[in-house]
Amino acid sequence: MDPVTVNIIWTVAIFVIFIAIVVWAFSKRAKKGFDEAANLVFDDEKQIKPEANLKKRESSNNE
Amino acid sequence: MSESSRAHPEYNYKVVRQFAVMTVIWGIVGMTVGVLIASQLIWPEMNFNTPWLTYSRLRPLHTNAVIFAFGGCALFATSYYVVQRTSQARLFSDKLAAFTFWGWQAVIVAAAITLPLGMTSSKEYAELEWPIDILITLVWVAYAINFFGTMIIRKVSHIYVANWFFGAFILTVAVLHIANSMVIPVSFTKSYSLYAGAVDAMVQWWYGHNAVGFFLTAGFLGMMYYFVPKQAGRPVYSYRLSVIHFWALISLYIWAGPHHLHYTALPDWTQSLGMVMSVILFVPSWGGMINGIMTLSGAWHKLRTDPILRFLIVSLSFYGMSTFEGPMMAIKTVNALSHYTDWTVGHVHSGALGWVAMVSIGSIYHLIPILFGQPKMYSVRLINVHFWLATIGVVLYIVAMWISGVMQGLMWRAVNTDGTLTYSFIESIEASKPFYFVRFLGGLFVVIGMLIMAYNCYRTIRAPKDSLQAEAQPA
Repeated sequence: MDPVTVNIIWTVAIFVIFIAIVVWAFSKRAKKGFDEAANLVFDDEKQIKPEANLKKRESSNNE
Repeated sequence: MSESSRAHPEYNYKVVRQFAVMTVIWGIVGMTVGVLIASQLIWPEMNFNTPWLTYSRLRPLHTNAVIFAFGGCALFATSYYVVQRTSQARLFSDKLAAFTFWGWQAVIVAAAITLPLGMTSSKEYAELEWPIDILITLVWVAYAINFFGTMIIRKVSHIYVANWFFGAFILTVAVLHIANSMVIPVSFTKSYSLYAGAVDAMVQWWYGHNAVGFFLTAGFLGMMYYFVPKQAGRPVYSYRLSVIHFWALISLYIWAGPHHLHYTALPDWTQSLGMVMSVILFVPSWGGMINGIMTLSGAWHKLRTDPILRFLIVSLSFYGMSTFEGPMMAIKTVNALSHYTDWTVGHVHSGALGWVAMVSIGSIYHLIPILFGQPKMYSVRLINVHFWLATIGVVLYIVAMWISGVMQGLMWRAVNTDGTLTYSFIESIEASKPFYFVRFLGGLFVVIGMLIMAYNCYRTIRAPKDSLQAEAQPA
C-alpha cells in the first residue's frame, strides 16, 4: 500500500472513531458514569459541604 | 462511588507546595525579563551595552521562563495535586516526584545561564542545547511514570476529565520534545538539527504550535476542569461536553502547525490544510470555554465576592477571545496582514497573560491556603487588587499590540502608484514607538500584580495558626 492510501484509511478511521465517541458520550448508558465522574472533584472531602449537595440538581443540566 | 466518605489518604503535598511556590517566583522572574526587553524596544540603552543583556539573548530567556518555568511549575503543581485528589491515592512515587522538582529547577537554571551566553539551537521555544534537552527528557519520563502510575493505583473507578487533559499534555509534550530535539551535536554546547530546509521548519512548527496546543492549552484545561468546579462549589456544567471537548481538541490541534509558515517554502497544500484545521479548532475551543463558564450558571453572584473565581472565569474569557483570534489569523489572507507584525505578539500575550497566567494564578490562590494548612489567603482584598492589575495590564498590552500590528501590516504593504514601497521599514518602527510604551506599561502592571501575589502568599504561608479566619470565604 502506498503512503497516500494509508493516510486516507487513517484519516477516515479517526473520523469514524470520533463520531463513535460522540454517539457514546450522548448515550443513556454513559450518563450515570459521567455524573459519578463529575462529582469526583468533591468526593474526597471528609464532610460534604451543604452546597455540594446542589450538584444532584445541577447534573440535570447535562442533558 | 456510592459511599459518601472515604478515609482521607495521605497525599503528597510536599512536591505540590514546592512547585506552587516556584510558580510565583519564576512568574516574577520571567515577566520581569519580559518588561526589561519591552523597555529595550523603547530605550535601546536598557541593554547596558552588555552582550548577555541584549534583546536577542533575553527574548528566548523570557519565553522559556514564562512558558516552562512559570507555566511548567504551575502544571506540575496542579497536575500532581489534581491526580491525587481525584484518584484518592497518594502519588505513585515520592522519590520520582522529588526528582521531577529538582530536575525541572536544574533545567530552568541551566536555561537562565546558557541563553544569555548565546548558546541556542535557534528553534523557537526549543532553544535549549542538547545536554539540557536530555535532562528535560529524563525529568519528563519520570513525570509521566509518576502521573500515569498514580492514575493506575487510583481508588475510584473513573478517571476524572482533568486527568485526561493532563495525561494528553504529558504524553504529547514527550513526543514533541523528542522529535523536535533530534540533533547532531558538534560540541558540548553546539548542535545542528537532523532535519533540513522546509522539513526542519515544519517539524519546528509542528512542535511549536503543539507546545501551544498541549503545553499551554490541554494542560491548563486540566487545571480549569478541576479548579473552576471546585472554586464554584458545583460540578462542571456538562461532563458529556467535556468528553467531546477532549477528543475533538486533541485530534485537531496536532494539524494546526503549518499556519506559522504561510507564504513560505512549505508546500501550498500543507499551508491550506493547516489553515483549515486551525479554523475548525475554533469549535472545540469554544465548547470547552462555554463548559467552563457555564459551570457558574446559577452561581454568578459568587463572582462579586470571590476574586479567585474571577481570575478563573476571566481567564476563560481571554481563552475564548484568543481562540477566536487564532483561527482568524490562521486564514491566509488575514495572515498576509498579521504575520511578522506585533499583532502576533498581542495574540500570544492575550493567550499567555489572559488565559494561561490567569488560570494558573487563580489555581495557585486556591491551592496555597490548602497546601499550607490555612483556612484562606492572608488578604482577599490583595487578591482583588492583583486581579485588577492583571486585567488592566493584559488589556493595555493586547490593545497596544493590535493597533501597532495592524498599522505595521498596512504600512508594509502600502505601495505607490509606480509600485515602490510607500514606507521604509524604520518608519513603521517609529510609528510603533508609542504603542511599545503602552505595552511596557501593561507588562509593568502585570509584574506589580505578581509581586503583590508573592507578598500575599508569603503572609499566608507564614501566618500563625488560627490567625486567619475562614469567614464568608466561598469554598
